[in-house]
Amino acid sequence: MSPKETSAETMTLFSPRLAARLDALVGKYPVRRSALVPMLLYAQDEVGYLSDSVIAEVAHRIGISELDVRNVATYYSMLRFKPAGQYNIQVCTNISCMLRGAYDLYERFQEELGIGHKGVTADGVFSLEEVECIGACCWAPAIQVNYDFHDDLTPDQVPGILGQYRNHLQNEEKNA
Amino acid sequence: MPRLVSHPDEVKIVTRRFGQGAANIDRYLELGGYEAAKKCLARGPEWVITEMKASNLRGRGGAGFSTGMKWSFVPKQSAKPKYVLVNGDESEPGTCKDHLIFLHDPHAVIEGTIIAGVAIGAKTGFIYLRGEYRYLLEIMEKAVADAYGRGFLGKNIFGSDTEFQIITQSGAGAYEVGEESALMESLEGKRGVPRIKPPFPAVVGLYGGPTIINNAETIATVPHVITMGAEAYSAVGTPRNGGTRLFGLSGHVERPGVYELPMGYNLKKMIYDVGGGIRGGRKLKAVVPGGSSTPVLLPEEIENLGMDFDQVGKAGSMLGSGGVVVIDDQTCIVEFALRTISFYQHESCGWCIPCREGTDWLKKSLTRFHAGFGVAADIDNIQYLAENMMGRTFCPLGDAAAMPTLGFVKKFRKEFEDHLNGKPCPFAEHVELAVV
Repeated sequence: MSPKETSAETMTLFSPRLAARLDALVGKYPVRRSALVPMLLYAQDEVGYLSDSVIAEVAHRIGISELDVRNVATYYSMLRFKPAGQYNIQVCTNISCMLRGAYDLYERFQEELGIGHKGVTADGVFSLEEVECIGACCWAPAIQVNYDFHDDLTPDQVPGILGQYRNHLQNEEKNA
Repeated sequence: MPRLVSHPDEVKIVTRRFGQGAANIDRYLELGGYEAAKKCLARGPEWVITEMKASNLRGRGGAGFSTGMKWSFVPKQSAKPKYVLVNGDESEPGTCKDHLIFLHDPHAVIEGTIIAGVAIGAKTGFIYLRGEYRYLLEIMEKAVADAYGRGFLGKNIFGSDTEFQIITQSGAGAYEVGEESALMESLEGKRGVPRIKPPFPAVVGLYGGPTIINNAETIATVPHVITMGAEAYSAVGTPRNGGTRLFGLSGHVERPGVYELPMGYNLKKMIYDVGGGIRGGRKLKAVVPGGSSTPVLLPEEIENLGMDFDQVGKAGSMLGSGGVVVIDDQTCIVEFALRTISFYQHESCGWCIPCREGTDWLKKSLTRFHAGFGVAADIDNIQYLAENMMGRTFCPLGDAAAMPTLGFVKKFRKEFEDHLNGKPCPFAEHVELAVV
């Protein structure tokens, strides 16, 4: 990797807020590299996925090679290399959720959205994932929409949940 | 928002402040918070470790190792900095207790971390939460910032000359990172693969320094042990199993939830009294007593079973993470086994061959079996595979996949045989076509 003239601050593809957050993050640890995993996640939260340029900037910020970043990033299941929907619906089907109807719930999401595992709707609003245990076993079945938990669900609630996020998006667009 | 439940048999020690707004630092102080940390600073490390040993508090992550003993292994003198690591990577299926601790009592985690730091002479503690717990990480970050604001963390904690810093960390989705050495790798910005032991973390851990790593529930329990006194805490449980445990009742019970019950509480009573019995008046078929990696128990095995590390161990299973998954008589055990193994196959980090190949092979066999394409020899093969994974990997993930598999095959052999010769699964609605 050739040394870059520009500093991380001047070359950033992130918002000023995220860039400031990442600047603070690398100084937080005894070893700079410890910032890598959260940095990838926070960058993904803003950009939507780990694009080549995100990986390049993260590598530069930490001071390691892009290959090294990819090597780590591919390990973690929350990190992705393709865009997801604006609302990524993660349905847990692990044992506690399964026993309380998670597969019926997952099937209802598939029907309502017309997509399967890791699919994205044509308008890019929703994506769907079958995920492993999300730590809501006693309130099963549970899902996460991005980072929001919804628990103790029945398939009948699926249209309502989707409607709630569609409305949220419309309001955001109006305000913007 | 996760529902809080309650039962008269509960002994509320760790959950004492749940639902009382204790995430607010003033409220936490009103409820007696941070007194234990001050007491430990005044009394010194040796007193703290003696107290922890006497409390019979055993690790709540699953292994059940004595917390005081673990802390005592850290060398007093060390050229490299020492660290405290709080494991909040909670990912064992059936387990959601730490979720509630971070939500309702984040300062107890901070206070416990400070006490652990005092005990081993560390100046830095890390609190690692799984990536999915973003809203809980934000609660923890706010609590840590508030504790810094009051001078409970920093260069001179509580006005003393002792330094203690806390750093919060987010994971990004990996069950394996809940294993202590894999967690250290992840925290160092690497793939979360386990390290070979020895050396143990107490000698060579994070950044090569002596490190203790404790489960979040263990750490949140520490201030209560100090406040109550080791003797009083220990008296709540059974011999060598001090205190209470946050049992997560899930699956086919009427009232699922996280209940704090004394160690040694009868499992049958837990399911029928505390949990309100089997949902819809059905019959109990089996129980997974301590998270998905613990071998399944039959109804006749839980009659007189006290839920502590030693008794559940004697019964051929493990207390594990305290996640009690209740299975009714309308459930297909082959499907349940398949879903369990699919998880371990997905989460195996691929570092050790017996785990990487074993989980994959088990998943394929069980998928084929459940779809009705199994042959009689498969049952023995599944058992043979699982037996050969046991004890042959760097970390316990291989065992965690093999142990429940052996339980299912040995205890429900007949149900496996009922799936032979193209017979449709008597229970399942969700048979996937075998792609093997």
